[in-house]
Amino acid sequence: MEIIESRPEKTILLLGNEAITRGALEAGVDVATTYPGTPSSEIADTFSIIAKYLKKKGDKPSFYFEYSTNEKVALEFAAAASFAGLRSLTCMKHVGLNVASDVFMTYLYVGCKGGHVIISADDPSCHSSQNEQDNRYFGLFGNAPTLEPTTPQEAKEMTRISFEISEELKLPILLRTTTRLNHARGPVKLLNPRKPKGKGYFEKDPMLVPVPSVARAKHPVLLKAIKQAEKISDESPFNEIIDSNKPTTTGIVTSGVSFNYVREAIDDLNINVKILKIGMTHPLPRKLCEKLIKSCKKIIIVEELEPILENQFKAIAYDNRSDVEIYGKSTGHFSRLYEYTPDIVTGVLSKIFDVKNPFSKHIEPKLKLPSRPPALCPGCPHRATYFAAKKASPKGTVYPTDIGCYTLGKAPPLEMADLLLCMGSNAGMACGLAVATDQKIISFMGDSTFFHSGIPPIIDAVHHNHDVVITVLDNRTTAMTGHQPHPGTEYDGMGRPAKSIKVEDVVKGLGVEDVKVTDPNNIKKTTEIFKQALDFKGPSVVVSKSPCILLENRAKRKAGSTIPVYVIDQEKCKQCKLCISGFGCPAFYFADDDSIHIDEQQCNGCGNCVQICAFEAISVKKGGE
Amino acid sequence: MGEKTSIVLTGVGGQGVITAANILGKATINAKKHVYVSEIHGMAQRGGSVSCTVRIGNVFGSLVANGSADAILSTEPIEALRYIKYANKKTKIITDINLMIPFTVSVGMETYPDVEKVFNELKSHAELYKIDALEIAKNAGAIITKNIVLLGALAASDVLPFKSEVLLQTILDNVPPKFKEINKKAFDGGVKAIMKH
Ligand SMILES: Cc1ncc(C[n+]2csc(CCOP(=O)(O)OP(=O)(O)O)c2C)c(N)n1
Ligand code: SF4
Ligand code: SF4
Repeated sequence: MEIIESRPEKTILLLGNEAITRGALEAGVDVATTYPGTPSSEIADTFSIIAKYLKKKGDKPSFYFEYSTNEKVALEFAAAASFAGLRSLTCMKHVGLNVASDVFMTYLYVGCKGGHVIISADDPSCHSSQNEQDNRYFGLFGNAPTLEPTTPQEAKEMTRISFEISEELKLPILLRTTTRLNHARGPVKLLNPRKPKGKGYFEKDPMLVPVPSVARAKHPVLLKAIKQAEKISDESPFNEIIDSNKPTTTGIVTSGVSFNYVREAIDDLNINVKILKIGMTHPLPRKLCEKLIKSCKKIIIVEELEPILENQFKAIAYDNRSDVEIYGKSTGHFSRLYEYTPDIVTGVLSKIFDVKNPFSKHIEPKLKLPSRPPALCPGCPHRATYFAAKKASPKGTVYPTDIGCYTLGKAPPLEMADLLLCMGSNAGMACGLAVATDQKIISFMGDSTFFHSGIPPIIDAVHHNHDVVITVLDNRTTAMTGHQPHPGTEYDGMGRPAKSIKVEDVVKGLGVEDVKVTDPNNIKKTTEIFKQALDFKGPSVVVSKSPCILLENRAKRKAGSTIPVYVIDQEKCKQCKLCISGFGCPAFYFADDDSIHIDEQQCNGCGNCVQICAFEAISVKKGGE
Repeated sequence: MGEKTSIVLTGVGGQGVITAANILGKATINAKKHVYVSEIHGMAQRGGSVSCTVRIGNVFGSLVANGSADAILSTEPIEALRYIKYANKKTKIITDINLMIPFTVSVGMETYPDVEKVFNELKSHAELYKIDALEIAKNAGAIITKNIVLLGALAASDVLPFKSEVLLQTILDNVPPKFKEINKKAFDGGVKAIMKH
């Protein structure tokens, strides 16, 4: 395994996320926790892969790693390890920090002991997210020292050094990344890993309990630490002014991946500027910023999303009585929307510097291309559940949904997702709709989502007797983010056997009287169960249990059994098109003569289409796979 | 400024586009050159459109500017056209000729254009190399080596600033022993397909 077995000093190609894991290992991390979420997942998955690999070899990993129940638990867990003096890491996607924010805000008051790095993976352009919030605001909001890497190499080094900064300041560090860093690969030079502590010791201290008097005493301590952090920022190798080889009074301030686009644009446009590259963005290196402001007539701020550097630069310029011109978002040059690209940055800079943009013209396809959005896989059990629930529902039924593969049920022909806010929101919204309308409500959430944040709203439904049907799509995994385990699975993130908690047991324990477990691959029975649940007055929970077909087929292949393929008997097919226009398995297609076929390459052999076809035209292909 | 090579790899989730980009990145490191690779996945795993970029030489970031790709490698014809903004007249577009019909088309919501028109449009913008990567991969012994066929084709098209042996060796170093022969055949098949052009 290259990431742990290459010799130090060697340069290897690592994903930004893998580089962060490597940086933590080089810093001697003891405890790593997460709740998965794109684009952060591979940081944690790499810990998981390493732990399982070592276990298989009969070695013990040097760290403890877990996929926690949600981000809040993940952060609390790792904070405790830090209080015991251990180095810890917690990673999550940007919206995960919303879930963990209650911990985060007060944790900064209490302060940490062992170095703790919290990674927030932001997603400008919402490549795989429900919003594109800029979590640098969390750095400012909670006063967490914040670092932003530009390349995988820098991500590794920043992670490693963040543990030291954290211990020096006694504050957790926010390492803020974006998709383009998390999912970029680049050369990374390895260093010798430090030996982890293994076990810590918790020293009692009344200041660790932030009752009002303690909190009041701790807030100034935090502000003082941030003042101290400003000095670290000014001396940090991650913050530097890169001078042009000719004198100039124009400067560019940039951070994160935007630096890369700026750096190439300077070459491509052949312009004369100096760059202030900021790697530690909170607190800003005030002296460096002032030095730049004093030496410039014009400063251009290049940062994705919110004008965070820009607003702070304006404040510093004001404090220095400077009339330097500041170009950025407020002047309309740059957008607050979406991720930047080389074209965007080069385009804006070419306008400001009034030079020709070499990339200004580009070709658009003339032919109209069909879109290719992601879809539920062929054979996905969610499709069968949706088909059954839809069949059972009266007109006007509302389907609040949640976040996971099953959100893809929004697409035609299923169209089984009407309302979504965040993880766990399906059931709370179901309750609200049940009171606000006379419509029937069936909500959907996955099993990982159920454990993450789906339980409290079910309690609400029980306590107030809301008339809702809440469905848990129990596919035995966290599929969307890469098939991670969760509290319902029989193993954990280190590959060890774990206690599997059954959704139906939890729900019964919450006091739900109408609990039904069904196998969605029996579409008729599942339809019947949804009908009964709709008829029940009060909260019903349907647990639709069948493993993600990708996992099931992987297990089958491993066991040496074949996966069947299904075919359509063209003699029997009456072209009713229900399989395509009602069920929508992507393995189906129309041939040129409009006859309907199943693509054998795509069929995952679930056999559910057999139950859909009223003319018995679909059957398993003789001879198997 | 120094030399830069920019390659765009596109296709459909599950066709090995990301693996191909990763191998190309590793090969570049083995050839002792600087490289950045970018990939977009997440929701794209579930059969969606996928694109990766590989940039070699004097580069700072992983993204390719419009009109500046040296090659576009595609596992599917319309996916090559979808990313045509990266092409210029000198760009080499290497695409598999086999279609993957998106579900938006199979359910009849949208239409797949006449594939000859797709090829003609690609040809009007850049240098087009059509290869039957699926057939070559089948002959090599496994259709999943389609991405390796395309890497073979790329190696033969004079775009990479290092020897094609380095790429082949990197591929072989990254597959289990029993698949080495199949992957070598797939790679050689891709090389030959370009030579014939
Ligand atoms: C607060 C928060 N954390 C993490 C994510 C990332 N995420 C998207 S879907 C998902 C879970 C999917 O698992 P599950 O509910 O079991 O559904 P499945 O994908 O298996 O169908 C996660 C963790 C998120 N969107 N929001
Ligand atoms: S990965 Fe599994 S759960 Fe997700 S769409 Fe595919 S079959 Fe369904
Ligand atoms: S058996 Fe039918 S429904 Fe299942 S994957 Fe194959 S074609 Fe799709």
